[in-house]
Amino acid sequence: MVERRPGLDLLAHLTLIVGVVVIAFPVYVTFVASTLTLEQIMSVPMPLLPGDHLLENYSQVLFAGTEKGSKAPVATMLFNSAVMALGITFGKIAISIISSFAIVYFRFPLRMFFFWMIFVTLMLPVEVRIIPTFKVIADLHLLNSYAGLTLPLIASATATFLFRQFFMTIPDELAEAARIDGAGPMRFFRDVVMPLSKTTMAALFVIQFIYGWNQYLWPLLITTDESMYTVVIGIKRMIVGGDAANEWNLVMATAMLAMLPPALVVLLMQKWFVKGLVETEK
Amino acid sequence: MEKRVVFRSAWLPFALLAPQLIITVVFFYWPASQAIWYSFQLQDAFGLRTQFVGLQNFYTLLRDPNYLSSFRITAIFSVLVAGIGIALSLLLAVMADRVVRGALAYKTLLIWPYAVAAAVAGVLYAFMFAPSIGIVTYVLKGYGIHWNWVIDGNQAMLLVVMAAVWNQISYNFIFFLAGLQSIPRSLIEAAAIDGAGPARRFWTIVFPLLSPTAFFLLVVNVVYAFFGTFGIIDATTQGGPAQSTQILVYKVYHDGVKAGDLGGSSAQSVILMAIVIALTVVQFRYIERRVQY
Repeated sequence: MVERRPGLDLLAHLTLIVGVVVIAFPVYVTFVASTLTLEQIMSVPMPLLPGDHLLENYSQVLFAGTEKGSKAPVATMLFNSAVMALGITFGKIAISIISSFAIVYFRFPLRMFFFWMIFVTLMLPVEVRIIPTFKVIADLHLLNSYAGLTLPLIASATATFLFRQFFMTIPDELAEAARIDGAGPMRFFRDVVMPLSKTTMAALFVIQFIYGWNQYLWPLLITTDESMYTVVIGIKRMIVGGDAANEWNLVMATAMLAMLPPALVVLLMQKWFVKGLVETEK
Repeated sequence: MEKRVVFRSAWLPFALLAPQLIITVVFFYWPASQAIWYSFQLQDAFGLRTQFVGLQNFYTLLRDPNYLSSFRITAIFSVLVAGIGIALSLLLAVMADRVVRGALAYKTLLIWPYAVAAAVAGVLYAFMFAPSIGIVTYVLKGYGIHWNWVIDGNQAMLLVVMAAVWNQISYNFIFFLAGLQSIPRSLIEAAAIDGAGPARRFWTIVFPLLSPTAFFLLVVNVVYAFFGTFGIIDATTQGGPAQSTQILVYKVYHDGVKAGDLGGSSAQSVILMAIVIALTVVQFRYIERRVQY
């Protein structure tokens, strides 16, 4: 047995409380600012208790946008972000599960070559090849389109590896039994592999949704049309100049709206989130 | 490791692989090879003619004081982000591992910053630390500290480091906590019976057993500082003031998109790719070692 140390326990709680408060502070300030008028924020120091302009600010950004910066309504941006995040998430899961199924359950020429071809893309983020990728998208006439926003980011090796690792743990007896019963590979895939992969898919969903929602550089490059902005880009476009030039109350309301969906996914699917995070990086 | 039972089909595996391969080739191999190709070319000011210049872009880069200082800035930035982030999250994880009551609540309250986009994190920090209206700026002024990251390079660096650490801390925390929880209780108890106090137990048992996690996080944090922080920089300092926060990936973007220097920017992309590949190799080496261990 480890000895009791009430002093240390107290220290642990204190450290954690300080940590939680410090980490939450920026978001608290954001929330407060999103409920004030611009004048209240500009009168230094701004109040640290929520004001009563919450509905006003939020409904203005959602349906009308800001006046000085981008005029696109945030509701449209949220919709674009959702399309992009879900497109990337489901696209990645779909193409990865079938490609890793092919690599694990078939023998065919160049199998290992294809495997390594996908493997090499594992860690090279879109940030290092932005300009050529941008050219490819421009040549394919995919600028300002949902396909342009999602397709380049669907190419990723992480999901393929996660599925491959998981498939290796499925007992061979299941495939054997399926074959004896006369099931073809696609039947086996649909009735055995897919149901077994549910937890892996859930874990990937959380990670990839956050990844897709929070994309910045890529949508910044290829969306020039306000109606195609994602919400993260929209915030950036609302910041037009120095401290005094921005409608901070509206920017902060948009920031709250941008944080809410991924934060909810993390909090509501916490178990899958932790599992997904720890396993995709193994 | 291979499957013993496999299916046979001449075309099916290729059809299943096709979507992944097509996207990988079109959006990965093709642009990457284009980057390498452009890096050997020089474009005139209007982008009308290009000329093959061999390694000249690389030569120019490596003698460009701006590029070398961007390297230095990236190094300082990633050391600060990785160092501070890992230290703080280790502290929080050790404490969270220790408490029994409220452990889940603390964990929930510490993991959500992962969900915040880098650019949004940048905006939050830019607002709190805004030179004229920021709430933290106001408090600092009370202590006689004049805070203006718009003109002070060191303060600008401090700002982006803080935003980056804040954004990444929950990731580190989750991995450290998982690492701590996988340490066998019996080892700690044996040490306690032998009379080792909490500090001694931490340094001689817990810390060495956590070192693989810490090393893994070091690589991940460096990669994050190199690439993941683009949004933070663009939303706050945009590389300024006077390029004091212009990290490598931001310079690729700035030179290629804003300044239109295709050759120079592509050469920088190629160098960055080499760095990422090197980091990946380091990480996989370590993973292999851990498997044997």
